[in-house]
Amino acid sequence: MISWLARRLIQAVAVVLAMTVIVFIGVNVIGDPVAVLLPPDAGEDERLRVIAAFGLDRPLWEQYFSFLGGALRGDLGRSFVFNEPALTVILQRMPATLELAIAAMLLAVLIGVPLGLYAGVRPNSRGAKALMAGSILGFSLPTFWVGLVMIMVFSVQLGWLPAGGRGQTAELFGMQWSLLTADGLRHLALPALNLALFKISLVMRLVRAETREVVPQDYIRTARAKGLAEGAVIRHHVLKNTLIPVVTIVGLEFGSVIAFSVVTETIFSWPGMGKLIIDSIHLLDRPMIVAYLMVIVVLFVLINLIVDLLYTVLDPRVRLEN
Amino acid sequence: MASTQPMPPAAPTQSSAGALHRTPLQRALRAFAGSRLAMLGLIALAAIVALAIAAPWIAPQNPYDLMQLDIMDGQLPPGSTAATGMTYWLGTDEQGRDMLSAILYGLRISLLVGFVSAIAAAAIGTTLGLVAAYSGGRTDNAIMRIVDLQLSFPTILVALMILAFLGKGVGNVILALVIVEWAVYARTARASALVQRRKEYVEAALSYGSSGLRVLFRHLLPNCLPPLMVIATVQVARAIALEATLSFLGLGVPVTEPSLGLLIANGYQFMLSGKFWISFYPGIALLVTVVAINLIGDRLRDVLNPRNAD
Repeated sequence: MISWLARRLIQAVAVVLAMTVIVFIGVNVIGDPVAVLLPPDAGEDERLRVIAAFGLDRPLWEQYFSFLGGALRGDLGRSFVFNEPALTVILQRMPATLELAIAAMLLAVLIGVPLGLYAGVRPNSRGAKALMAGSILGFSLPTFWVGLVMIMVFSVQLGWLPAGGRGQTAELFGMQWSLLTADGLRHLALPALNLALFKISLVMRLVRAETREVVPQDYIRTARAKGLAEGAVIRHHVLKNTLIPVVTIVGLEFGSVIAFSVVTETIFSWPGMGKLIIDSIHLLDRPMIVAYLMVIVVLFVLINLIVDLLYTVLDPRVRLEN
Repeated sequence: MASTQPMPPAAPTQSSAGALHRTPLQRALRAFAGSRLAMLGLIALAAIVALAIAAPWIAPQNPYDLMQLDIMDGQLPPGSTAATGMTYWLGTDEQGRDMLSAILYGLRISLLVGFVSAIAAAAIGTTLGLVAAYSGGRTDNAIMRIVDLQLSFPTILVALMILAFLGKGVGNVILALVIVEWAVYARTARASALVQRRKEYVEAALSYGSSGLRVLFRHLLPNCLPPLMVIATVQVARAIALEATLSFLGLGVPVTEPSLGLLIANGYQFMLSGKFWISFYPGIALLVTVVAINLIGDRLRDVLNPRNAD
């Protein structure tokens, strides 16, 4: 176990290092860092001064190591737009994104699992068939367009829910959360549902497939034979055995929800990391882009690591050798 | 099943013979046609592709010829009549552009980006996957490491990163989509090639002196096609949706070549004032396209999956 964990950690560090190289090459070789730093009417001497001031005349590997050194100390550069350390700005925005992602994942499980169970227990019923067709729609609906339609219907036409922003927040552990106030929840409802839509279909299909594998098993027949009520069979025997893959998917998809929150945050003006990166790309705020990419890489490597660990804990049959 | 037997290069036609004599391809086609939803998807997709190709001839106006636009007709609701007597069936945008024409032209860009990127990604990914399975050892290890790295990050994030480096443009979007998608093909091709490699027909081909390349592309590739076809269908839909998303975020195609995603983005600001049609109808076009392709993909998965063979 410990040697497996050590190997896994080394792999994680290697992935992060590889990504620093890719991001560095992307920004400094494919893009032109000088052009971004200069006003459009700058002369040649101004150009040379900027190149020297930012150390862009040094060999590339030297620049890379100073970038890496800075990253290790938590220094990912200063944002041109906010004039603050880029990392600080991102960390300020992170709770909003995490909150949105957690709310979306919760919705996906709370709606997807019961629907999937139903479709799996009665695969030939009309409801199940409608759900399966609906899930194709759920996969196909472009998230951003659904977000627009939601705003159109619930905010503009019906006026039930606000179209943007976080609303009122309350402080917990030194961070601001919309989940804790009624007004915040009202603001959270539409974006969270929007982000969850795709995952609801995914969880539903997964639970349905698992249920269909579990239902014909002998232990289900035994449970029924000993006279357990159908509801109890489903709750205690079917549901429990379908949950391992659900846990894995929730873990794996959590990262994808954070990534796709870029879209939802832009539509609903949710002030999280995703909206920040899109704004930064439009404003060519390069230190911000680099910092965001590095933070998200570390976040993903961590999530993957945790999912792997959870998986081995939940399912003892998973071998750790490779 | 197609996966257990090489695809016949030129199948002898035995139309009158029973089901036993049908080629795997014929059997798959018959099974596919058994689903009404899938056939509906196929017909819808064919119609959409035809409309997109014929756009310059059937669209009521050329939406990008500024001479044909009348700013006085801006933001008209669907069904309004222009000064020239033309009817704007789906309304107009803020520049007086007929939305129906804009959608037909937008479909061209969306479909082009989707199909070109999926085909390029399929060619690159499948080749690398087959090479990995065939050579094994270090080559295999190196290719699959990159695939794993790639697949551990969500598609939108990778595409976002590439476009942040490269800037917008149709070519850049296609490049980003290819980089995002090739790994899926590589993994699938490798997995099925590893199974096929151990089969006797591969050994037979090698023993009568076929070169490695010939074995790869003449023998392994055709037998790995069924799962790849399913992936390819789904990936076209995903590419179209992803391109629309990127364009909506302002990172995709430039304003001079608007895809459906960009049309939706342009109407976004008018949505809050109740002028829904500028965003709504391009979205419907996008939705119908993606649903049609996904319906086809869903049925292909059922038909081509050996576990479901009866």
